[in-house]
Amino acid sequence: MEKLNTVEGIVAPMDRPNVDTDAIIPKQFLKSIKRSGFGPNLFDEWRYLDHGEPGMDNSTRPVNPDFVLNQPRYQGANILVARENFGCGSSREHAPWALLDYGFKVIIAPSFADIFFNNCFKNGILPIILSAEEVDTLFTEIEKTEGYQLKVDLPSQTISKPNGDVIRFEVDAFRKHCLINGLDDIGMTLEHVDDIKAYEKRRHQEAPWLFNQE
Amino acid sequence: MTKTLYDKLWESHVVRDNGDGTCLLYIDRHLVHEVTSPQAFEGLRLAGRKPWRVDANLATPDHNVPTTDRDQGISDPVARLQVETLEKNCQDFKITEFTMDDIRQGIVHVISPEQGATLPGMTLVCGDSHTSTHGALGALAFGIGTSEVEHVLATQCLVQKKSKSMLIKVEGETPEAVTGKDIILAIIEKIGTAGGTGYAIEFAGKAIRDLSIEGRMTLCNMAIEAGARAGMVAVDDKTIDYVKGRPYAPSGELWDKAVADWKNLVSDSDANFDKVIELDVEKMQPMVTWGTSPEMVTGIEGVVPAANSFADEVKQDGVTAALEYMGLKENTPITAIELDKVFIGSCTNSRIEDLRAAAQVAKGRKVADNIKLAMVVPGSGLVKQQAEMEELDKIFIDAGFEWREPGCSMCLAMNADKLEAGERCASTSNRNFEGRQGQGGRTHLVSPAMAAAAAIEGHFVDVRKMTNTVQD
Repeated sequence: MEKLNTVEGIVAPMDRPNVDTDAIIPKQFLKSIKRSGFGPNLFDEWRYLDHGEPGMDNSTRPVNPDFVLNQPRYQGANILVARENFGCGSSREHAPWALLDYGFKVIIAPSFADIFFNNCFKNGILPIILSAEEVDTLFTEIEKTEGYQLKVDLPSQTISKPNGDVIRFEVDAFRKHCLINGLDDIGMTLEHVDDIKAYEKRRHQEAPWLFNQE
Repeated sequence: MTKTLYDKLWESHVVRDNGDGTCLLYIDRHLVHEVTSPQAFEGLRLAGRKPWRVDANLATPDHNVPTTDRDQGISDPVARLQVETLEKNCQDFKITEFTMDDIRQGIVHVISPEQGATLPGMTLVCGDSHTSTHGALGALAFGIGTSEVEHVLATQCLVQKKSKSMLIKVEGETPEAVTGKDIILAIIEKIGTAGGTGYAIEFAGKAIRDLSIEGRMTLCNMAIEAGARAGMVAVDDKTIDYVKGRPYAPSGELWDKAVADWKNLVSDSDANFDKVIELDVEKMQPMVTWGTSPEMVTGIEGVVPAANSFADEVKQDGVTAALEYMGLKENTPITAIELDKVFIGSCTNSRIEDLRAAAQVAKGRKVADNIKLAMVVPGSGLVKQQAEMEELDKIFIDAGFEWREPGCSMCLAMNADKLEAGERCASTSNRNFEGRQGQGGRTHLVSPAMAAAAAIEGHFVDVRKMTNTVQD
């Protein structure tokens, strides 16, 4: 996983609540057995005018000019501002893979669905929860100012606005540590092999029916 | 100190407290399917790791499998590769897999309880959000992403933060035709699709106790649609009766020991919950979704609401967009909505009880002329076999339904079963998101009996007031 420290860049708005992972990456692209290459199909049904299938040359497909990410002013955006309950629905990790592959490293919303929120941290994306009012203000400012940028600083847990305002955000200490250092969860858990084995031994006594379940 | 069911399940699985608000939680059962596992197995290989406990895993292909012409294999080469990859991974790592030609194959959330591979008191995970289903048996079950699939494979544990606890009490005498599906849709209508975010939900009250285990599975299945990763119901005699004698369930002395343990899997009477919600089942009716989120739902006696009947401005915009996508006008009676297709299946409603309920409505009747396709997709090979023993397949086929092979099918339309743009479907599945059943497709979520009734009438109808008479 790539380390994430500060992210500075153009901010794109996704102005609708309950954006689900089916919308983020439609099911036909989940047939891939790879982890990469989902970016061109991020928001596929909203982004293109035709029906997308895996293996198509996306550069020749008709794009939907009304879709926000297709507007010239948001090209190269690496921060996404969204509405409540972003990432609801299916647990597909292909959703954060697609967002990251497209270039988004930070997503700001008033709330996220739990599984999606968790999946982001596993892939080097920082999801930030701000109040509905703060998010609303961001939408207004993005709309008003072409090329609107934010600077997100994870170590100090701050977002700096173009006008100099600074918003502080909360992030779980362990997740922050992992993101900043690009740490592999599995490696860390395997440092506790003795604890896992001791648990299994004890549990085998207490609840033997949970073992040798073949 | 008094404890909730969730406290008990959590505490009995803590391997270590990491001291930072997270715990290392032990996982008893891991279900694996073809879509969210290939990258996890690839990760294992790249790191030179092996599954920690092979016997804790159970695999089956379900999302991508065809529901017709099984003997000809999978025609879509991309889907075929994914199913073959699961097979290869299971062979390489010696994980039990019910392959496509095995009668035990089916939707992961149907086959695991069916096999007794889901037991009360377990922690159970799967790379699928509808894993909450298994909480119906008094287990702590939740969906995970692919990184966590790899983590469970490699360590048999997950790093987790304990959720807050929510008690949803549904009291009263359940009216006719109100099912687990209608109860959960009514709950989502009340608390919203983000209402359960950050919580583990325990469903309780007379109406929940009165549900069969299958009804409780439908209920817990859609806890995730209320935003909660886990939903659960306390163990009672129905739970124990359900598990008894299943292939993976304990037997003999071990069974008695297990049952004694399982009887503690209830919240203490004075246990404290972070949030309590109460509903009266007697006020409920069969539910139908009208929008593109499960919270956009009303009773069969209701109408499509107007956007301005919602207070919140963001919500109003959401409703306007949903009605446009759904091609519906405000104040249209739900019973006036005409349909093109009907889908009875999915991890929410494809168990034998669901098929019986649908068959009871379909018996001696015919699918309406305007319905282009009405299909029944059993949840597993064993459900299909049971239904055929009861001759439910004949009832469906005689009425004009298609009788298919088991899998996820048109719930998410990864295989050939899908809606065309603009088509409207009554579906017993769990998500009415834009494009969920096919790009441009319009989904209305209902119970199996309501779906069958809609197929017969060609539009939504209160299954309690069907006028189309049974033919001899």
